Amino acid sequence: MTRWNEKTSRALIEETHKRGETLTMALRALVDAFGYVDEAAIAPLMQTFARSRAEVLGVIAYYDDFRTTPPGNHVVRLCQAEACQAVGARELTAHVCKKTGLELGQTSNDGALTLEGVYCLGLCANGPAALIDDAPVAELDTDRLDAKLAALTS
Amino acid sequence: MTARVYIPADMLSLALGADEVAKVIAETAKDTDIEIIRTGSRGICWAEPLIEVETGAGRVAYGKVSADDVPSLFAADFLGGGAHKKCLGPVNEIAFLKEQQRHIFKSCGLYAPCDLTSYAANGGFAGLRAALAMNAGSIIDEVEASGLRGRGGAAFPAFIKWRTVMGANKTQKYIVCNADEGDSGTFADRLIMEGDPFLLIEGMVIAGLATGADKGVIYLRSEYPVARKVLEQAITTAREQNWLGPDIQGSGKAFDLSVFVGGGSYVCGEETALLESLEGKAGIVRAKPPLPALEGLYGLPTLIHNVITLCAVPEIIAQGGEAHAKLGVGRSAGTMCFQLAGDIKHGGLVEVPFGISLRTLLDDFGGGTRSGLPIKAVQIGGPLGAYLPPHLFDTPLTYEAFADLGAGLGHGGIVVFNERADMRAQARYAFEFCTHESCGKCTPCRIGSVRGAELLTSSTPDLGLVDDLCDVMVAGSACAMGSMTPIPVQSAMTHFPDEFGVRATQAAE
Repeated sequence: MTRWNEKTSRALIEETHKRGETLTMALRALVDAFGYVDEAAIAPLMQTFARSRAEVLGVIAYYDDFRTTPPGNHVVRLCQAEACQAVGARELTAHVCKKTGLELGQTSNDGALTLEGVYCLGLCANGPAALIDDAPVAELDTDRLDAKLAALTS
Repeated sequence: MTARVYIPADMLSLALGADEVAKVIAETAKDTDIEIIRTGSRGICWAEPLIEVETGAGRVAYGKVSADDVPSLFAADFLGGGAHKKCLGPVNEIAFLKEQQRHIFKSCGLYAPCDLTSYAANGGFAGLRAALAMNAGSIIDEVEASGLRGRGGAAFPAFIKWRTVMGANKTQKYIVCNADEGDSGTFADRLIMEGDPFLLIEGMVIAGLATGADKGVIYLRSEYPVARKVLEQAITTAREQNWLGPDIQGSGKAFDLSVFVGGGSYVCGEETALLESLEGKAGIVRAKPPLPALEGLYGLPTLIHNVITLCAVPEIIAQGGEAHAKLGVGRSAGTMCFQLAGDIKHGGLVEVPFGISLRTLLDDFGGGTRSGLPIKAVQIGGPLGAYLPPHLFDTPLTYEAFADLGAGLGHGGIVVFNERADMRAQARYAFEFCTHESCGKCTPCRIGSVRGAELLTSSTPDLGLVDDLCDVMVAGSACAMGSMTPIPVQSAMTHFPDEFGVRATQAAE
C-alpha cells in the first residue's frame, strides 16, 4: 500500500473506466492501492462515471471496505461471526479492545493501529481467526494474538 | 528419484504457518533432490497444515506440522513415509476423508491449483469437451436429468434458470458466479476456489455454452484474498491454454471471465444486490420480478449460481445427469459439501450424499467438540439458519426434512456451540448482524432488526412482542436478510426457552 497521490489516483480511475468497469470497481482499485478513498478522488469519480456527489458518497458509505480516512499503519481485523463466537471470539475481542484502548472500527491517535471487525474469513473450523495486514491467522487465543500484536510494533 | 512433498497454500494453512514449514523444509533439504508442490487443501481442517509425501505406496500424510517439527521429520525419514508422532498414515486411509464420497472435491488438494496439466490429467475438462460437442438443449437436458438444485441456500432447480436464460432473445447474456457466500461456518467455496479453480471455470464455460452467454463474472468476497490471487492466475492460464477466449479449443465458441472483488457487504450475496454492486451501485436488493434470468446484469439475461452449483456441472456433463440423480435422497440429489465449524474436534469439509444424519456428521466425522464440553446447539446454514438442540440431531440432512423443521440447509455450514453458549446472546446477535448488514431498502429489516436487538437485551424479554416482530419481518421483508433473521431468533426461543426467562405474555395471563 502506498501514500495517496493525485496522479496515480486519476490513472487508476481512468484505467477502470477504459476497461468498461464500474464505480465500485474503481473504488476497489483505490482502496487496494491506498487503503482508502481520498476526498480529492471524489470529483474525478463523479466526472468519469457520470454520477452525482451524493451517489458517489452513498456508494462509498454503503460498503464496509471503502474507507474515507487512511487506515493505521497496521490493520487488525478480528472475526466476529458465529463460528468464531463459538470458540471465544467475543472474549478475545474484549481482551484486544481493552489492551489497545480501541473499539472495533477505531484507529489509534498515533495512526499506528486500526482495529476492525470482520464477518467471516472462512477459517471457521479453526477459530478464532483474524486478518493482520492481510495475513490470515487462526486458532488464536489471547497469548497467540498478543504475540502477533507485539511483533507488529517491534 | 525426486522426493515430492505437497504442502497446502490455502488461506487456512497459511494462517497456521504453512509458508514457514515449506521454507524450513526447503532449507533443510537444499542438498537433497526434492520438489515442494504448494497445493490446495484437502479440507481436513483439523490437521492443517497437513503435508503429504509421495511414497511407493501412495501419499503419506503428516498433520498439524509446524516449522519446529521439521528436524525430527527429516530424522524420521518422512520423505520415505517414515513413522513420526505427526504421521497420519496414507492420506486416503484417514477415516475423515475415506468415509466421504467426494465428487466436487475429488481433486482438491491433489495438485497445485493453477497446474492445468494436472487438472486435465485428473479428469478435468472432460465435461467441457463433451459440452463443446453437444447442442445447448442437450446440455440443459443433462442438467435437468441430474436434479441439480442451487447450493446457495434456495435450492432452486438449476435447469429452470438455464432454460429461461437460453430462451431469452438477446445477443448479450451473462454468467455470474456468486462467490460472496459470507455465512459463518461456510468455507466450501473458499476451499474449492483456492484448491481447484479450473473446476469453477469449466462449470461457467459450460453454462455459457448452454445459455448463449459469452461473458462471465465471479463476484468474490474481499475477505478471501488468497482465492482472488488463485482465480486471477487460473483465468490467465486458462486463457493462455485456450480454455477461455474467442475460440475455445478451436470450437469457434467464445467465453471469457473476470473476477470482481466485493466491498465487504453480506447482503451482496443476495443475487439482485450482487447485480447492483456489479453495476457500480450500493448493494440494495431489487424487487423481483423481473427475474435476473430475464433482466439481470445491465438489464440483460443473466444466469446466477453459487460456486458449488457451478462446480457440480462438469461431472454432470461428463458422466451424464442420471449418475448425479442417483446420489442422494429423492429430490435432494447429488452430494452436499457440509462444513463442520465452531467448537468441533474434527472440523473441515465433508462431502457426502444428501440424507445422512446430523449426528453422524457431528459424531463420526466431527468427533465431538474440540473443548470436550457437551454440545448444546448447532446452527446450520449461517447467520440466517436455525439453532437446533441435540434431540433433533437424528434428522436426515435433506432439503425436505429441514424445511419440515422450519430450518434450511443453507450452504451446508454447521457451527457447533458447547454448553457455555448463551442462546439469548446468540438470538440478539442475529438481530444485530441484520442491523449491521441490512441494505436499508425495506422497513421490517432496517428497523425491525434494531428493535429486536433492543427487546432481547432484557433478561426477561417480552417474547410475544418478539414473535410479532418476527412475523412482520418474515412477511414484509424484501429479501432473505430480513425474512430469515427470525429463523435463528425463534429457533433459539423455541428450543431453549429457559434462557429467555418467563414469557411476559404468559405471566400476564
